[in-house]
Amino acid sequence: MTSTTEGAPTRGWKLPPMGVLGPILALIALIVLGAAMNPSFLAYANITNVLARSAFIGIIAVGMTFVITAGGLDLSVGSMAAFIAGLMILVMNAALPTLGVGVPIILLGMAVALVAGLLAGLLNGFLITTLGIEAFIVTLGTMGIYRSLVTWLADGGTLSLDFGLRTFYRPVYFDGILGVSWPIIVFALVVIAGEVLMGRMRFGRHCAATGSNEQVAHYSNVDVNRTRLATYAMLGVLVGVATIMYVPRLGSASASTGVLWELEAIAAVIIGGTVLKGGFGRVWGTVIGVLILSLIDNILNLTDLVSPYLNGAIQGVIIILAVILQRESRAKD
Amino acid sequence: MTQTDRTPVLSLRDVHKSFGPVEVLHGVDLDLHAGEVLALIGENGAGKSTAMKCLAGYQAPTSGEVRVDGTPVRFSSLHDGELAGIVLIHQEFNLAEQLTVEQNVFLGRELRRGPLLDRAEMRRRTADYLARVKCDVDPGARVASLSNSQKQMVEIAKALGRDARVLVMDEPTAVLTRREADILFEQVDALRAEGTAVLFTSHKLGEVKQIADRVAVMRDGEVVRTGDAARMSEDEMATAMVGRDVSDLYPAKPGLAADAPILLRVEGLDVPGQAHGIDLQLRAGEILGLAGLVGSGRTEAMEGLCGLRPARARRIEIGGEEVRIRKPADALDKGLVYLTEDRKLKGLLLGKGMRENLTLASLARYGTFIDRDAEDVALTEAIREFDIRAGRRDALVGNLSGGNQQKLLLAKVMQSGPRILIVDEPTRGIDIGTKQQIYAYLRRLAAEGYGIVLVSSEMQEIIGLSDRVLVMRQGRIAGEVTGEAIGEDAIVRHAMGVAARVEAA
Ligand SMILES: Nc1ncnc2c1ncn2[C@@H]1O[C@H](COP(=O)(O)OP(=O)(O)OP(=O)(O)O)[C@@H](O)[C@H]1O
Ligand SMILES: [Mg+2]
Repeated sequence: MTSTTEGAPTRGWKLPPMGVLGPILALIALIVLGAAMNPSFLAYANITNVLARSAFIGIIAVGMTFVITAGGLDLSVGSMAAFIAGLMILVMNAALPTLGVGVPIILLGMAVALVAGLLAGLLNGFLITTLGIEAFIVTLGTMGIYRSLVTWLADGGTLSLDFGLRTFYRPVYFDGILGVSWPIIVFALVVIAGEVLMGRMRFGRHCAATGSNEQVAHYSNVDVNRTRLATYAMLGVLVGVATIMYVPRLGSASASTGVLWELEAIAAVIIGGTVLKGGFGRVWGTVIGVLILSLIDNILNLTDLVSPYLNGAIQGVIIILAVILQRESRAKD
Repeated sequence: MTQTDRTPVLSLRDVHKSFGPVEVLHGVDLDLHAGEVLALIGENGAGKSTAMKCLAGYQAPTSGEVRVDGTPVRFSSLHDGELAGIVLIHQEFNLAEQLTVEQNVFLGRELRRGPLLDRAEMRRRTADYLARVKCDVDPGARVASLSNSQKQMVEIAKALGRDARVLVMDEPTAVLTRREADILFEQVDALRAEGTAVLFTSHKLGEVKQIADRVAVMRDGEVVRTGDAARMSEDEMATAMVGRDVSDLYPAKPGLAADAPILLRVEGLDVPGQAHGIDLQLRAGEILGLAGLVGSGRTEAMEGLCGLRPARARRIEIGGEEVRIRKPADALDKGLVYLTEDRKLKGLLLGKGMRENLTLASLARYGTFIDRDAEDVALTEAIREFDIRAGRRDALVGNLSGGNQQKLLLAKVMQSGPRILIVDEPTRGIDIGTKQQIYAYLRRLAAEGYGIVLVSSEMQEIIGLSDRVLVMRQGRIAGEVTGEAIGEDAIVRHAMGVAARVEAA
C-alpha cells in the first residue's frame, strides 16, 4: 500500500524481518543490560536459577504455542497446574503407608500428574471441538473449576507433601546431570520435540492450517476437530510435566499455586511471534518469550533501579511492543 | 461512439508498479471516457487487477500519473478515489461479512437524521438499489449468509448507491450466472447512457463483445493493443491476449471404449436438505458433466459424496468395491478427490506460501519428518506443469493473481494422486489460453484412465468437454444427455424441468 519500498536491501544476504529479529534483539539487549548492572547476573548460579524457574512456564508455553497456532486459547493452565499438584500430593501421601518412601511412589505421583493433565486437556478439547463452545468461555470456566477444586482439596489452606517423601523427591528439582538441573533438561527436551513437531511434522502444518482457515483445512483433508483436540490434550500433558517438576520445589500446593501462569504462558507465546489469532506459530520464539519475561523479573530483583513491584508493568509494555512489531512486519509483506 | 476528442475522465499515464523488487506494470497507458464501457482483458497475472487498483486509488503507482479530467492526482487512500467519484468493485469481495446488506451498502457514508442513524431511509434506498439489480435479498440479511452471486449483486448495488462517475469492476461476472450477468449488463447500459465511464475485466470474451465499446488488451504488465470492440472478433482478442491461436478451445472427444471399467458407482446419495436420490456411474476415461442451475445441489451432492459434509448413500462402489465415506480422508484413500469451487474460502490458505498450500492435503507423502526438499521439487514441477506465474516462489498465495491461485489449487488437488477427480468450476477466473491447457490436461487424464466429473455453470464448457452430461434440478438428477445430443437446448430443458425424459435434441 505504500509506494516507498524501493531501495530496501535486497541483494545478497537479506536481513530477517523485524518479526523474527525483534524478540532475539530484545533478549540480547536484556542480557547485556543485566550483565552491565550486576556482575553476578552472568554467574552460573543465577543463570541456572533463571532457567530452572523459566522451565515451568516454558514447558506449558510450548503446549500453548500449539493451542494458539491452531486458533484456540487455554486460560485454565494455571489452575490446572495447581489442581494437579494438589491431587498428586494427596495421592502420594495416601499411598505412603502402603508403598513407603521410594521410587515407586514417585512414579505413581508422576503417573497421576500426567493422566490428570491428559484428562483435563481432553475435557477442554472435547467441550471446545465436539460441543463447539468458544475456547475462551470453556477455559474460563474450567479455570474457575480447578482453582476452586484445589482450594477445596486443601480446605482453604495448604496441601503439603509428607516430609520424608519431600526429601526423597527434592532431587527432581534440584539435581541434574553435569550441573544442569532436571527442569532445564526436561524443558530443553520439550522444546526440541515441540520445534520438530511444529516445523517438521504433519501435526504442526495441520495446526497452522486449522488456525489460519478452518474451512480450507477441512477441504484439505485435515481433521480439524481432532487436530484441535490434540493440541489441548498435549497442553494438558505438558501442564502435568511442569507440575511434576514443580512439586518437589516447594513440596506443597495451595489456592495461590500457579496463579497467573496462564497469562505468562500466553504472553510468552505472543512475544515469541506466534499470532494470537492463530495460523502461525514458532516454538523457538516462545522460548525466547519465556526467557525475556523471566529475565525482566530477574534483573529487577538483582538491581534496585526499578521496584520489582513494577515487574508486571514492564512485562505489559513488552507484550504490547511485541504485538506492534508483529503487525509492522506483517504489513510490509 | 467516438470520444477521442474529449478529455478522458480518468486515465493512467506511463504507470509502473512494483511489489518489492518485482515490477508488474511496465508503463501502462489507459483512458476512460464518459459514457463509454472499456473492457480490460489479458492473461492471468497480466496486471489487470493491479492497473485497476491504481486507477481507483487503492494502490499508489510506483511511478507515473493517474489523471482525473486531465489533471494529475495523487490519491492517498481509497476514500479520495471515492470522493473523486471512482468506485472499484474488487475481484475478491470487499464486504463486511458480519454486517447486514444495508449496513454494507451504506458503510462509511451512513445517513443520519440529527445524531441518529436514519435506518428507515437507508433500508428503503438499499431495497431500491437491490431491486434495480433484481436481487432478491432482504436488506437486513447478514452478508455472511448470502451466496457468492448474491454478494456480487450486493457489491453492484453498493456501487449504484455511490453515484459513481467511474465504475471499475474486476471480474464481476466470474461468480454470476448468465442471467445475473445479463441483469448486470442492463445496469451497465443504463449507467453508460447516464454518462458514467465503466471499466471491467472478464475472461468471458463473449461478454466483452456483448457489452464493451472499446477493448484494451494487456500482456505482461503492458497494454499491447486497444481497439473498438465491434472491430475485434473473439478470436482476435484471444490471440492478442495469449500471443497464439486459441480457436480450438476444446480437445477432440475420442469416444469411450465399450468395455471401459466402471470406476465409481453411486446409488441413492442423500445430502440432507440439498440433494436426494442421486445415482451416477463413472467409467474410466470418461468426463461426466454435471450441469444445472446455480442452487440445484450439484456442489452439495459432490461434497457429500466426498465426505466433506454429512451425507448418506445406499451404496457407493469405487473400482467395483463397496466403500464407506464418512470423512474426506476416506475418499482420499480411495483416490477420490474434489476440487472446490471456492478457492478463497475453501481452497487455499491465502496467508501462506505456495509450498505449504501445494502439499497440505497430501502431507503424508512427504514422510514423518516433512521432506522440504521433496516439497520444493513438487512445487517446481507444479509451477512448470500448470504454468503458475507468481513472480516470486515465496510469494504469499493471497498475492497471486486470481487465475494463478486457481492453477495452484488444481496442482494441489493433483498432488494427492487421485483416480477419480471431481472438479467444481475448474476454470473460474482463468484466462482463455490457460483454459485451453486445462481442458487438454483433463482430457489427457481421462485418456490415461482417470474418471472425471466436471461440475460447471459454463454451458460451453460442459458441452465442449463432457462425454455424457447429467443435469440436476432442485437437488435431483433431472435427466441425462449423451453423445451427439449434448447441446444447450437439451441441457436447459432438463435444468428448467420442461423435458420429460427427452433424450434426443
Ligand atoms: N500485493 C502483491 N504483492 C506481490 N505481488 C503482487 C501483489 N498483487 C499482485 N501481485 C503480482 O502482480 C502480478 C499481476 O497481478 P494481477 O492480480 O494484477 O493480475 P490479473 O491480470 O488481475 O490476473 P487474473 O486474471 O488472474 O486476475 C501477478 O504476478 C501477481 O502475483
Ligand atoms: Mg485479477
